[in-house]
Amino acid sequence: MSESKVIIELNGEPFEIEEGLRLSDLIERLELRPTRIAVELNYAVVPKAEYSKVSLKAGDKVEVVHFVGGG
Amino acid sequence: MSVEAKGTGYRLTGNLHDSPAELRAGVAVAKMDEDYFELAGRRYRSRLIVGTGKYRDFAQTRAAVEASGAEIVTVAVRRVNITDRSRENLLDYLDPSKYTILPNTAGCYTAEEAVRTCRLAREAGIGDMVKLEVIGDSKTLFPDVPATLEAARILVKEGFKVLPYITDDPVACLRLQEMGCVAVMPLAAPIGSGLGIRNPYNLRIIVENAKVPVIVDAGVGTASDAAEAMELGCDAVLMNTAIAGAKDPIAMARAMKLAVEAGRLAYLAGRIEPRLYATASSPLTGIIR
Repeated sequence: MSESKVIIELNGEPFEIEEGLRLSDLIERLELRPTRIAVELNYAVVPKAEYSKVSLKAGDKVEVVHFVGGG
Repeated sequence: MSVEAKGTGYRLTGNLHDSPAELRAGVAVAKMDEDYFELAGRRYRSRLIVGTGKYRDFAQTRAAVEASGAEIVTVAVRRVNITDRSRENLLDYLDPSKYTILPNTAGCYTAEEAVRTCRLAREAGIGDMVKLEVIGDSKTLFPDVPATLEAARILVKEGFKVLPYITDDPVACLRLQEMGCVAVMPLAAPIGSGLGIRNPYNLRIIVENAKVPVIVDAGVGTASDAAEAMELGCDAVLMNTAIAGAKDPIAMARAMKLAVEAGRLAYLAGRIEPRLYATASSPLTGIIR
Protein backbone atom coordinates (compact mmCIF):
# COMPACT_ATOMS: atom_id res chain seq x y z
CA MET A 1 0.00 0.00 0.00
CA SER A 2 1.44 3.35 -0.94
CA GLU A 3 1.38 6.14 1.61
CA SER A 4 -1.26 8.70 0.90
CA LYS A 5 -0.34 12.34 1.08
CA VAL A 6 -2.36 14.82 3.06
CA ILE A 7 -2.20 18.55 3.63
CA ILE A 8 -1.80 20.03 7.09
CA GLU A 9 -1.55 23.67 8.04
CA LEU A 10 1.94 24.35 9.37
CA ASN A 11 2.50 27.83 10.80
CA GLY A 12 -0.36 29.16 8.73
CA GLU A 13 0.80 27.63 5.41
CA PRO A 14 -0.33 24.43 3.63
CA PHE A 15 2.25 21.67 4.10
CA GLU A 16 2.21 18.22 2.53
CA ILE A 17 3.01 15.17 4.65
CA GLU A 18 2.37 11.44 4.56
CA GLU A 19 -0.82 10.63 6.40
CA GLY A 20 -0.10 9.55 9.96
CA LEU A 21 3.35 11.16 10.08
CA ARG A 22 4.46 11.44 13.66
CA LEU A 23 5.06 14.88 15.07
CA SER A 24 8.58 13.89 16.12
CA ASP A 25 9.36 12.91 12.53
CA LEU A 26 8.01 16.21 11.23
CA ILE A 27 10.24 18.11 13.66
CA GLU A 28 13.24 16.05 12.61
CA ARG A 29 12.45 16.65 8.94
CA LEU A 30 12.31 20.38 9.62
CA GLU A 31 15.72 20.07 11.32
CA LEU A 32 14.45 21.71 14.50
CA ARG A 33 15.85 21.08 17.97
CA PRO A 34 13.03 20.03 20.30
CA THR A 35 14.78 21.78 23.20
CA ARG A 36 14.43 25.12 21.44
CA ILE A 37 10.81 24.98 20.27
CA ALA A 38 7.24 24.55 21.44
CA VAL A 39 4.45 22.96 19.43
CA GLU A 40 0.72 23.46 19.37
CA LEU A 41 -1.64 21.03 17.63
CA ASN A 42 -5.15 22.32 16.93
CA TYR A 43 -4.73 25.07 19.54
CA ALA A 44 -3.50 22.75 22.32
CA VAL A 45 0.11 22.66 23.47
CA VAL A 46 1.80 19.32 22.89
CA PRO A 47 4.23 18.30 25.68
CA LYS A 48 7.67 17.41 24.31
CA ALA A 49 7.39 13.87 25.68
CA GLU A 50 4.41 13.27 23.43
CA TYR A 51 5.89 14.31 20.08
CA SER A 52 6.54 10.68 19.16
CA LYS A 53 3.02 9.60 20.14
CA VAL A 54 1.16 12.12 18.01
CA SER A 55 0.18 11.17 14.44
CA LEU A 56 -0.83 13.93 12.08
CA LYS A 57 -3.90 13.80 9.90
CA ALA A 58 -5.35 15.92 7.09
CA GLY A 59 -6.32 19.43 8.12
CA ASP A 60 -4.37 19.42 11.38
CA LYS A 61 -3.30 22.88 12.39
CA VAL A 62 0.27 22.82 13.69
CA GLU A 63 2.10 25.78 15.16
CA VAL A 64 5.83 25.57 15.83
CA VAL A 65 7.29 28.50 17.74
CA HIS A 66 10.60 29.52 19.24
CA PHE A 67 12.05 32.51 21.05
CA VAL A 68 13.19 35.54 19.09
CA GLY A 69 14.42 38.94 20.17
CA GLY A 70 11.73 40.98 21.85
CA GLY A 71 11.12 43.58 24.52
CA MET B 1 35.02 52.59 63.19
CA SER B 2 32.62 49.85 62.36
CA VAL B 3 29.34 49.41 64.20
CA GLU B 4 26.08 47.65 63.51
CA ALA B 5 23.54 50.19 62.30
CA LYS B 6 20.64 49.75 64.68
CA GLY B 7 17.92 47.59 63.25
CA THR B 8 19.21 47.66 59.69
CA GLY B 9 21.47 44.66 59.58
CA TYR B 10 24.07 46.80 57.86
CA ARG B 11 27.53 47.75 59.14
CA LEU B 12 28.39 51.37 59.56
CA THR B 13 31.97 51.76 58.51
CA GLY B 14 34.20 54.79 58.53
CA ASN B 15 36.65 56.81 60.59
CA LEU B 16 36.04 57.71 64.19
CA HIS B 17 35.68 61.35 63.27
CA ASP B 18 33.23 60.80 60.43
CA SER B 19 30.26 63.11 60.59
CA PRO B 20 26.75 61.62 60.88
CA ALA B 21 26.20 62.51 57.23
CA GLU B 22 29.30 60.55 56.21
CA LEU B 23 28.16 57.65 58.28
CA ARG B 24 24.78 57.74 56.56
CA ALA B 25 26.54 57.73 53.19
CA GLY B 26 28.48 54.74 54.45
CA VAL B 27 25.22 52.97 55.22
CA ALA B 28 23.93 53.59 51.72
CA VAL B 29 27.12 52.24 50.17
CA ALA B 30 27.00 49.22 52.43
CA LYS B 31 23.38 48.70 51.44
CA MET B 32 24.32 48.93 47.76
CA ASP B 33 26.92 46.19 48.22
CA GLU B 34 24.29 43.85 49.60
CA ASP B 35 21.43 45.18 47.54
CA TYR B 36 19.18 42.83 45.63
CA PHE B 37 15.58 42.49 44.67
CA GLU B 38 13.58 39.35 44.97
CA LEU B 39 11.37 38.18 42.15
CA ALA B 40 9.33 34.99 42.34
CA GLY B 41 11.57 33.67 45.12
CA ARG B 42 14.85 34.41 43.37
CA ARG B 43 17.31 37.16 44.17
CA TYR B 44 18.74 39.42 41.50
CA ARG B 45 21.57 41.85 42.02
CA SER B 46 20.97 43.72 38.79
CA ARG B 47 17.92 45.94 38.74
CA LEU B 48 18.09 46.39 34.99
CA ILE B 49 16.03 44.04 32.84
CA VAL B 50 16.64 44.27 29.11
CA GLY B 51 14.78 43.28 25.98
CA THR B 52 16.48 41.51 23.08
CA GLY B 53 14.58 43.01 20.13
CA LYS B 54 15.76 45.39 17.39
CA TYR B 55 19.46 44.49 17.50
CA ARG B 56 21.55 44.15 14.35
CA ASP B 57 22.31 40.49 15.04
CA PHE B 58 22.60 37.98 17.87
CA ALA B 59 26.23 38.90 18.54
CA GLN B 60 25.27 42.52 19.15
CA THR B 61 22.35 41.39 21.32
CA ARG B 62 24.71 39.39 23.49
CA ALA B 63 27.27 42.19 23.72
CA ALA B 64 24.60 44.68 24.79
CA VAL B 65 23.12 42.30 27.37
CA GLU B 66 26.59 41.71 28.82
CA ALA B 67 27.34 45.43 28.96
CA SER B 68 24.01 46.07 30.72
CA GLY B 69 24.81 43.61 33.50
CA ALA B 70 21.21 42.39 33.28
CA GLU B 71 20.36 39.00 34.76
CA ILE B 72 16.87 38.87 33.29
CA VAL B 73 16.20 39.27 29.56
CA THR B 74 12.91 39.35 27.71
CA VAL B 75 12.21 37.44 24.50
CA ALA B 76 9.25 37.13 22.14
CA VAL B 77 7.47 33.96 21.04
CA ARG B 78 7.14 33.67 17.26
CA ARG B 79 6.54 31.09 14.55
CA VAL B 80 9.61 29.28 13.30
CA ASN B 81 10.23 30.22 9.68
CA ILE B 82 9.67 26.90 7.95
CA THR B 83 10.99 27.86 4.52
CA ASP B 84 14.06 29.77 5.71
CA ARG B 85 15.27 28.03 8.81
CA SER B 86 18.29 29.63 10.34
CA ARG B 87 20.54 27.27 12.26
CA GLU B 88 21.07 29.91 14.90
CA ASN B 89 18.76 30.50 17.78
CA LEU B 90 18.71 33.43 20.19
CA LEU B 91 19.21 31.05 23.11
CA ASP B 92 22.51 29.92 21.58
CA TYR B 93 23.70 33.45 22.37
CA LEU B 94 21.95 33.94 25.70
CA ASP B 95 22.55 30.89 27.86
CA PRO B 96 19.34 30.12 29.81
CA SER B 97 21.48 28.72 32.64
CA LYS B 98 23.11 32.14 32.99
CA TYR B 99 20.13 34.43 32.35
CA THR B 100 16.53 34.29 33.46
CA ILE B 101 14.63 34.23 30.17
CA LEU B 102 11.36 36.13 30.39
CA PRO B 103 9.07 35.42 27.40
CA ASN B 104 6.60 38.15 26.52
CA THR B 105 3.19 38.15 24.88
CA ALA B 106 3.96 41.13 22.64
CA GLY B 107 1.55 41.49 19.77
CA CYS B 108 -1.36 39.90 21.63
CA TYR B 109 -4.57 41.92 21.56
CA THR B 110 -6.83 39.53 23.50
CA ALA B 111 -6.54 37.65 26.78
CA GLU B 112 -6.99 34.40 24.86
CA GLU B 113 -4.03 35.07 22.54
CA ALA B 114 -1.85 36.04 25.47
CA VAL B 115 -2.73 32.93 27.48
CA ARG B 116 -2.08 30.74 24.43
CA THR B 117 1.32 32.39 23.91
CA CYS B 118 2.26 31.86 27.58
CA ARG B 119 1.35 28.18 27.45
CA LEU B 120 3.60 27.73 24.41
CA ALA B 121 6.39 29.72 26.07
CA ARG B 122 6.28 27.47 29.12
CA GLU B 123 6.41 24.35 26.98
CA ALA B 124 9.57 25.68 25.34
CA GLY B 125 11.09 24.70 28.64
CA ILE B 126 12.83 27.66 30.21
CA GLY B 127 10.49 28.30 33.10
CA ASP B 128 7.09 29.59 34.07
CA MET B 129 7.78 33.31 34.40
CA VAL B 130 6.03 35.39 31.73
CA LYS B 131 5.81 39.04 30.83
CA LEU B 132 2.12 39.50 30.16
CA GLU B 133 1.18 42.24 27.75
CA VAL B 134 -2.25 42.55 26.21
CA ILE B 135 -2.28 45.54 23.90
CA GLY B 136 -5.40 47.64 23.54
CA ASP B 137 -4.40 50.06 20.81
CA SER B 138 -1.88 49.70 17.97
CA LYS B 139 -0.91 53.37 17.87
CA THR B 140 -0.01 53.87 21.52
CA LEU B 141 0.53 50.21 22.42
CA PHE B 142 -1.17 51.02 25.71
CA PRO B 143 -2.33 47.94 27.60
CA ASP B 144 -5.91 46.74 27.50
CA VAL B 145 -6.41 46.81 31.27
CA PRO B 146 -9.54 44.60 31.56
CA ALA B 147 -8.04 42.02 29.16
CA THR B 148 -4.74 42.10 31.07
CA LEU B 149 -6.58 41.44 34.35
CA GLU B 150 -8.53 38.60 32.71
CA ALA B 151 -5.40 36.96 31.28
CA ALA B 152 -3.49 37.41 34.55
CA ARG B 153 -6.27 35.67 36.49
CA ILE B 154 -6.14 32.64 34.18
CA LEU B 155 -2.34 32.47 34.10
CA VAL B 156 -1.91 32.76 37.89
CA LYS B 157 -4.45 29.94 38.27
CA GLU B 158 -2.40 27.81 35.84
CA GLY B 159 0.71 28.33 37.96
CA PHE B 160 2.48 30.95 35.87
CA LYS B 161 4.59 33.60 37.54
CA VAL B 162 3.06 36.63 35.92
CA LEU B 163 4.73 40.00 35.38
CA PRO B 164 2.08 42.21 33.80
CA TYR B 165 2.88 45.26 31.68
CA ILE B 166 0.23 47.76 32.72
CA THR B 167 -0.78 51.39 32.57
CA ASP B 168 0.61 53.58 35.39
CA ASP B 169 -2.69 53.10 37.16
CA PRO B 170 -2.37 52.49 40.92
CA VAL B 171 -5.70 50.66 41.12
CA ALA B 172 -4.94 48.33 38.22
CA CYS B 173 -1.56 47.58 39.85
CA LEU B 174 -3.30 46.80 43.15
CA ARG B 175 -5.72 44.40 41.48
CA LEU B 176 -2.90 42.58 39.71
CA GLN B 177 -0.96 42.31 42.96
CA GLU B 178 -4.02 40.99 44.80
CA MET B 179 -4.66 38.28 42.23
CA GLY B 180 -1.14 36.91 42.67
CA CYS B 181 1.09 38.48 40.06
CA VAL B 182 4.75 38.29 41.15
CA ALA B 183 5.44 41.89 40.08
CA VAL B 184 3.68 44.84 38.51
CA MET B 185 5.21 46.61 35.52
CA PRO B 186 3.71 50.04 34.99
CA LEU B 187 4.77 51.92 31.88
CA ALA B 188 6.71 55.17 32.10
CA ALA B 189 5.59 56.23 28.60
CA PRO B 190 4.46 54.41 25.43
CA ILE B 191 6.63 51.48 24.32
CA GLY B 192 9.59 52.64 22.24
CA SER B 193 8.69 56.33 22.66
CA GLY B 194 11.68 57.34 24.78
CA LEU B 195 9.55 60.01 26.47
CA GLY B 196 10.79 59.11 29.94
CA ILE B 197 8.81 59.13 33.19
CA ARG B 198 5.53 60.88 32.26
CA ASN B 199 3.83 60.47 35.61
CA PRO B 200 6.25 60.19 38.53
CA TYR B 201 3.43 60.83 41.02
CA ASN B 202 1.46 57.77 39.94
CA LEU B 203 4.62 55.69 40.06
CA ARG B 204 5.25 56.86 43.62
CA ILE B 205 1.73 55.83 44.63
CA ILE B 206 2.19 52.45 42.94
CA VAL B 207 5.48 51.96 44.80
CA GLU B 208 3.82 52.90 48.12
CA ASN B 209 1.02 50.37 47.61
CA ALA B 210 3.21 47.58 46.33
CA LYS B 211 3.87 44.33 48.15
CA VAL B 212 5.49 42.91 45.02
CA PRO B 213 8.36 44.44 43.00
CA VAL B 214 7.47 47.44 40.86
CA ILE B 215 9.31 47.32 37.55
CA VAL B 216 9.05 50.32 35.26
CA ASP B 217 8.49 48.86 31.82
CA ALA B 218 8.59 50.91 28.63
CA GLY B 219 9.18 54.55 27.78
CA VAL B 220 12.70 55.09 29.07
CA GLY B 221 14.72 57.16 26.57
CA THR B 222 18.06 57.76 28.19
CA ALA B 223 20.10 57.14 31.32
CA SER B 224 18.55 59.92 33.41
CA ASP B 225 15.09 58.39 32.89
CA ALA B 226 16.32 55.07 34.28
CA ALA B 227 17.92 56.86 37.24
CA GLU B 228 14.69 58.73 37.89
CA ALA B 229 12.68 55.51 37.97
CA MET B 230 15.05 54.13 40.58
CA GLU B 231 15.04 57.36 42.59
CA LEU B 232 11.25 57.05 42.82
CA GLY B 233 11.78 53.78 44.64
CA CYS B 234 10.94 51.38 41.84
CA ASP B 235 12.56 47.97 42.23
CA ALA B 236 13.82 47.62 38.67
CA VAL B 237 13.59 49.02 35.16
CA LEU B 238 12.88 47.12 31.95
CA MET B 239 13.92 48.56 28.61
CA ASN B 240 14.72 47.57 25.05
CA THR B 241 14.51 50.34 22.45
CA ALA B 242 16.45 52.87 24.54
CA ILE B 243 19.48 50.57 24.31
CA ALA B 244 18.95 48.77 20.99
CA GLY B 245 18.00 51.97 19.17
CA ALA B 246 20.92 54.05 20.44
CA LYS B 247 23.67 54.91 17.96
CA ASP B 248 26.03 52.84 20.10
CA PRO B 249 23.90 50.22 21.85
CA ILE B 250 26.80 48.72 23.82
CA ALA B 251 27.77 52.11 25.29
CA MET B 252 24.12 52.85 26.09
CA ALA B 253 23.74 49.46 27.78
CA ARG B 254 26.60 50.40 30.11
CA ALA B 255 25.14 53.88 30.64
CA MET B 256 21.85 52.29 31.70
CA LYS B 257 23.61 49.92 34.08
CA LEU B 258 25.36 52.85 35.75
CA ALA B 259 22.16 54.95 35.79
CA VAL B 260 20.13 52.21 37.46
CA GLU B 261 22.86 51.75 40.08
CA ALA B 262 23.17 55.52 40.61
CA GLY B 263 19.42 55.97 40.92
CA ARG B 264 19.12 53.10 43.35
CA LEU B 265 21.98 54.39 45.50
CA ALA B 266 20.47 57.89 45.49
CA TYR B 267 17.16 56.40 46.63
CA LEU B 268 18.87 54.51 49.46
CA ALA B 269 20.96 57.54 50.40
CA GLY B 270 17.84 59.67 50.81
CA ARG B 271 17.78 62.85 48.80
CA ILE B 272 17.44 66.35 50.25
CA GLU B 273 14.06 68.01 50.18
CA PRO B 274 13.77 70.38 47.24
CA ARG B 275 13.28 73.97 48.40
CA LEU B 276 12.54 77.21 46.65
CA TYR B 277 15.32 79.33 48.11
CA ALA B 278 19.05 78.92 48.55
CA THR B 279 20.82 77.54 51.57
CA ALA B 280 24.52 78.37 51.67
CA SER B 281 26.91 75.44 51.38
CA SER B 282 29.87 77.33 52.86
CA PRO B 283 30.10 78.51 56.50
CA LEU B 284 28.36 81.78 57.20
CA THR B 285 30.89 82.65 59.91
CA GLY B 286 34.47 83.79 59.47
CA ILE B 287 33.85 85.63 56.26
CA ILE B 288 36.48 88.38 55.73
CA ARG B 289 35.08 91.82 55.75
